[in-house]
Amino acid sequence: MSSTALSAHHGALDGVSHGGDAHHHDDGSKTLLGFWIYLMSDCLIFSGLFATFAVLANATAGGPTGKELFELPYVLGETMLLLVSSVTFGMAMLNMHAGHRGKVIAWLAVTFLFGAGFIGMEVYEFAHLVHEGAGPSHSAFLSSYFTLVGTHGLHVTCGLIWLVVMMDQMRRFGLTDATRRRLSCLSLFWHFLDIVWICVFTFVYLRGAI
Amino acid sequence: MAGSNHSHDVAHHEAAHADHGSTKSYLIGFALSVVLTLASFGVVMSGAVPHDLMMPGIVVFGVAQLVVQLVCFLHMGTSPAQRGNLAIMLFTVLILAIVVVGSLWVLHNMNENMMHPLPRMMPVE
Repeated sequence: MSSTALSAHHGALDGVSHGGDAHHHDDGSKTLLGFWIYLMSDCLIFSGLFATFAVLANATAGGPTGKELFELPYVLGETMLLLVSSVTFGMAMLNMHAGHRGKVIAWLAVTFLFGAGFIGMEVYEFAHLVHEGAGPSHSAFLSSYFTLVGTHGLHVTCGLIWLVVMMDQMRRFGLTDATRRRLSCLSLFWHFLDIVWICVFTFVYLRGAI
Repeated sequence: MAGSNHSHDVAHHEAAHADHGSTKSYLIGFALSVVLTLASFGVVMSGAVPHDLMMPGIVVFGVAQLVVQLVCFLHMGTSPAQRGNLAIMLFTVLILAIVVVGSLWVLHNMNENMMHPLPRMMPVE
């Protein structure tokens, strides 16, 4: 009982003072657990969007179908960018655990470039579709497609902003407990988005092209 | 600041994060993911796979890649430290399956039963 109260108390002071006793030290595991629960609730948002897309995938209202619109080699390029960014983030995390601040910032910058490349390709793809007259207002299929893929893109964009913030915090504060904890959350977020993308390219693009 | 905490940080992180992966585990995960991604796209793009096997093929490769990334990148596992996260994830998968499969089932039935013109009404005696 008392040890719970102590560690909770210490958690509140985390980042202000670091006592010598490792026993009552908040290692950020509660924050990571909370963040994991957030990610799982985010999963539910995506499950709703996936279910909507699956139901409406054939409701093209006489307009273009996925088979006519999707260019698989382009989607493969997007997939590879996101996959590489996931691994480079892993390298940043390994350097964080090893305590190399400079390398962490460098790998985060590489991750940012690949993530930005992904978003750039996606924005171009959307603009191309709208330009061809296949915008979100054309059919229920396209509405649900833009909502699902756009929501994922919005998450990645938030991840990019978070990356920039973390690079700045690494530069200013170094590898403190607080910045480590925040970077660990971002790591979960970034890998989670790659996992959602696997479902997107499988059930939206590949299934649409069959 | 960083110097004074160094030994303390090392001790604490070795105790708390025994499973944060290694360069090797990330590279293995990356290689497997690339292979599985190419396999998924190959099933649809190559034209060598019979049409009936395409959907099962991409689902199998997709699920395999999900597992690879969960284990290699998110370090999911059955170690005591990860068991809580794993349980939360499995519960989420259950809810997710109910939402997605349930929606598809209900709406498929509605499509089947309600989207056709009604048969000629039988006169009621």
